[in-house]
Amino acid sequence: MAATLLFVAIVVGLFLQLVHGSWESLTTFGPGFIWSSAWNPVTNKFGALPFIFGTVVSSAIAIVVASVVGIAAAVFLAEFAPPFIARPISFLIELLAAVPSVVFGLWGLFVLAPVLARSVDPFLAHTLGFLPLFSGPIYGVGLLTAGLLLALMIVPTVAAITRDLILAVPNELREASISLGATRWETTMRVVVPAARAGIMGACVLALGRALGETIAATMVIGNRPAISASLFAPSYTLSSVIANEFTEATSSLYISALLELGLILFVISVIVNGSARLLMFSMLRRERPR
Amino acid sequence: MQAAIPVKNAAPAGGEVVLSARSVSAWYGPKLAIRDVSMDFKRNSITALMGPSGCGKTTFLRCLNRIHESALGTRASGEVLLDGADIYSRGADPIVTRRRIGMVFQRPNPFPTMSIINNVVAGPRYTGITRDPLELSEIAEQALRRAALFDEVKDKLKAPAASLSGGQQQRLCIARALAVKPEVLLMDEPTSALDPLSTLKIEELMQDLAVDFTVVIVTHNLQQAARVSQFAAFMLGDEDRVGALVEFAPTERIFTHPQDPRTEDYITGRLG
Repeated sequence: MAATLLFVAIVVGLFLQLVHGSWESLTTFGPGFIWSSAWNPVTNKFGALPFIFGTVVSSAIAIVVASVVGIAAAVFLAEFAPPFIARPISFLIELLAAVPSVVFGLWGLFVLAPVLARSVDPFLAHTLGFLPLFSGPIYGVGLLTAGLLLALMIVPTVAAITRDLILAVPNELREASISLGATRWETTMRVVVPAARAGIMGACVLALGRALGETIAATMVIGNRPAISASLFAPSYTLSSVIANEFTEATSSLYISALLELGLILFVISVIVNGSARLLMFSMLRRERPR
Repeated sequence: MQAAIPVKNAAPAGGEVVLSARSVSAWYGPKLAIRDVSMDFKRNSITALMGPSGCGKTTFLRCLNRIHESALGTRASGEVLLDGADIYSRGADPIVTRRRIGMVFQRPNPFPTMSIINNVVAGPRYTGITRDPLELSEIAEQALRRAALFDEVKDKLKAPAASLSGGQQQRLCIARALAVKPEVLLMDEPTSALDPLSTLKIEELMQDLAVDFTVVIVTHNLQQAARVSQFAAFMLGDEDRVGALVEFAPTERIFTHPQDPRTEDYITGRLG
């Protein structure tokens, strides 16, 4: 009971502390802080929009890629791979989750970014260049690189949890489907994965939470430029990156306060994402098990 | 000797054999579970497989529609002739076999994410028999009527299957199996998870289904075997827990004049 209250106290306290710390910025800029693109410490003009944009877009790329790859990998490991393949690969995936993010960042900067800049990005620009998403100059570092690196970092979360969920689906359901003359594949897609779908969504939200808050790896490959561009090749900046990068250099109290307000915004985004996903899961479960 | 259990059904004389198991053996990994079980199942009859736990009756049942081999490391040998053709022959497709030989399981296992009607049509829809909604809803109504469930669910076909009671869920599973239009229906202790009233309903349903189908039922319950079946088989595991067939005869004879002393011990309650 006391331990439970401690968690409540920590969450509430964190929120209040953030509000308190960003009070100067909150009162100076008002709600306009959220949709302002200014970020000039010299003139003390601050706005959060480019950072919100960078955070949301890079995390969106990450979760789309990671959920597709992660769920596919989990389905293969749980339903189709023979044990001598499934066991070592499952272990490797869990190991991937334990790699420190700065190592991912280094790999992203020295391997992923050059590879993307040299081959993948030009290919995308060549084939899908008519879309604003894939036009403009290619730097290597940028939204797409950050999104893909984040995807790689959160794939283990999606894959490991989804695999466990699929393994937990009662065998009776598989047998019911197989006894109707369904193939393994039909059984997996029509019965097994849907039976685990609420939990799989939970896994994706958990992973999305990690992508939203990931700091160091994103910083190393996103380009750190507070700009909003339609192109995924363009450099950008995330909420957590700018806090980490500029906190030590923040000289004026308004500057520090603005950075804290960015933290507050990140906190609120995370709460909204988690809360809405939880509501969705709850309504899904209620429809399936009304009693 | 006279058994204490009254037998209701007389065996039909000289029916045509639909399904015939010949020397079926089955393994879980290296472990032999049943050895050389042979039995003939006649059209529109109900055959009960009886025996103590671990005698291999469920394993044998699962060999009859090749679902035994769907688990990892399992294997079966022997022949199972369905209308004269071996379902284990090279080139025989287990998918096709399972559509012709339906199965109902020990615990009701409706698909939890699907509505009542989608459960019933899952087989025809997902295995490509038809995707036409009108045709599917006809199949659903027919199957639900056949499973004596239609009147209870006709106003809530779109409700989740989990909203039904245990007995209703089991009849839903029967309807789901019937919707694929099988010839043979295998039932693995279909009432063991149900209350007496639901059990009674399912037993009545079984009698009714035997008009159109051939039913093979595994049961722990001797009274149930006596009430519903025309033929009964008694299986027993040896000291290595390898199951084998002890006796197979019309139910009436098994319960009144068992040929094997072990059968007599079992039905009089001295064994198992």
